[in-house]
Amino acid sequence: MKRVLLIGLMALPLTAQASTPEQRGFQVYRQVCATCHSLDHVTFADLSGIGLAVADIKAYAASHQVPDGVDDDGDPKTRPARLSDSIGSPYPSEAMARLANHGDTPPDFSRLAMTEEGGAGRIETILRSYEPKPAGVVLSAGSYYNTAFAQKHIGMPPPLHDGQVTYADGTKATLPQMAQDVGAFLDWVAHPHRSARSHTGLAVLGYLAGLTVLLALLKHRVWKRVKENRQ
Amino acid sequence: MSKPETSPTGWLEARLPIVSAFRREYVDFAMPRNLNYLWNFGAFATIALALLIVSGIFLALNYTPSVAEAFNSIETIDRHVSSGWLVRAIHMGGVSMLFAALYVHMARSLYYGSYKTPRELLWLTGLGLFILVMIAAFAGYILPWGQMSYWGATVVINAMNAVPVIGPALASWLLGGEGLGSVALHRFYVLHFVTAFSIIGVIVLHVAALHVVGSNNPTGVEPETSDDVVPFHPYYTTKDGLGLCLFLMVYAVLIFFAPDLLTLANNYAMANPLVTPGDITPEWYFAPFYGILRAVPFKLGGLLLSAGSVAVLFAVPWLDRSPVKSARFRPVLRWALLGLFIAFIALGVAGMHKPTGLWLGISRLSVAYYYAYFLLLLPFLPRFEKTRPVPASLRGENR
Repeated sequence: MKRVLLIGLMALPLTAQASTPEQRGFQVYRQVCATCHSLDHVTFADLSGIGLAVADIKAYAASHQVPDGVDDDGDPKTRPARLSDSIGSPYPSEAMARLANHGDTPPDFSRLAMTEEGGAGRIETILRSYEPKPAGVVLSAGSYYNTAFAQKHIGMPPPLHDGQVTYADGTKATLPQMAQDVGAFLDWVAHPHRSARSHTGLAVLGYLAGLTVLLALLKHRVWKRVKENRQ
Repeated sequence: MSKPETSPTGWLEARLPIVSAFRREYVDFAMPRNLNYLWNFGAFATIALALLIVSGIFLALNYTPSVAEAFNSIETIDRHVSSGWLVRAIHMGGVSMLFAALYVHMARSLYYGSYKTPRELLWLTGLGLFILVMIAAFAGYILPWGQMSYWGATVVINAMNAVPVIGPALASWLLGGEGLGSVALHRFYVLHFVTAFSIIGVIVLHVAALHVVGSNNPTGVEPETSDDVVPFHPYYTTKDGLGLCLFLMVYAVLIFFAPDLLTLANNYAMANPLVTPGDITPEWYFAPFYGILRAVPFKLGGLLLSAGSVAVLFAVPWLDRSPVKSARFRPVLRWALLGLFIAFIALGVAGMHKPTGLWLGISRLSVAYYYAYFLLLLPFLPRFEKTRPVPASLRGENR
């Protein structure tokens, strides 16, 4: 018994380190996407939904400064973010976001995998479809050649390149790998309760199925009387 | 039957006879013995409405009706309120389930002639309910303040403005003057639950009317002897109960395994008055009426035909000249009615597509047939149609 426990304890750190696509995607978000893209409706605490440790989330939150009203002189104050704060935008205002991005705001990520037609797969495709501009193609300033679009350009500069991040779990950070992981993370962000939803759904369906069988038997027994005296 | 007034039930009975009324109306109440499962859909609609009201109350506790906060508060409900995603799924899915139940319920009435004498008021109160449900659904859809909320409301308000004389006044009264903003949102919020609770009141009228004239049945022959009827309990409590379980299973599959099947994804993007969506489409349950609206090239005409498609239903008990109730015994009408159902569904599909080319043709053809059914076939078909012999009793068809 002791041996089993010991082996279990030894295996624990290993499983804790093996990260999921969502966790890797979050790492890419944190180090790359978050430079421009906001997560307005997701709080730091929500990140525990992809299995991040609370201590790590707290440290991540503490590295953000959020507005905290005004001080006694009427000047704006800030404080380190708490778990209940939203991850929010890297820009202090929408005007600043536009100024930094040729007049456009980088889309918020909270529901992007839902509102983008094609979902997370589409986002992955966009990230993988940057190509060198063919000769003769003229793009306006702030546009980049991307074959995922009918008009062949996008306002976002190519965000990912091989080896850009170092994954904690040792997965090789190739561009396709990172694009896939970002897709997985954004899919979770857009549908944070998907697993709870399907678990609850199975329980509800199981309960109703049982009730259906019982009621079918009861109904059959009750209606037999009518059918018998009809003959 | 009458108990001495000294016992608690006797005391209550003498003052407010709810116990005996309940027994009379819901236990011993005589029901035709030959109802099929299509007669379950009224109960389904009632249950869907009850779930909508209960879930709606819990949503209202966390919702903020202002342009700045509405979208955020819905996101908070969906992400952070404990089981908020479940309550919202029940509410969103409930609308689709309610409309689905209502459409089947109405189609059944049309098929079995449940609107005919003596059930005209049953049909009319039912249509009143349908209109209230549509108003509640429209107002409710604006509340999340997503892109489709905003632009859907814009389409309807533009349509309202096209109504001569009263239109602009009605629109500005609804909006509160400053365009589609916080004042309007607050009004739609109030409108949403005022209509929701009014629906309960009209349901009472609808059910009261039902309990005066009794249920129609698949033969359309009124029950005459005690052999024709069974008491509501236990016969229809078990039959409705079984149907209800199956209805709730479909409901559960919808909200737990296909939550995005019937919703429009752009409503998860916050309303932006500066960005018009590529194509503004309504939820599926409004699609047939939107299809009619878009089938006509000028706004007022589309609006009149769309509103008229509901208005004409109010005249159905008097448009249908045939003494035979059930379409079972009307060989031509049953096909004509199938055509009506197909036209209505085709209008719904066309309503979800841009009104060009084939879709425009389909929707125009369907509108024409829809009106022809009510204004030509119902009144004039009985002159030519040779009906099948109607049995003497409602048990007749199985003899």
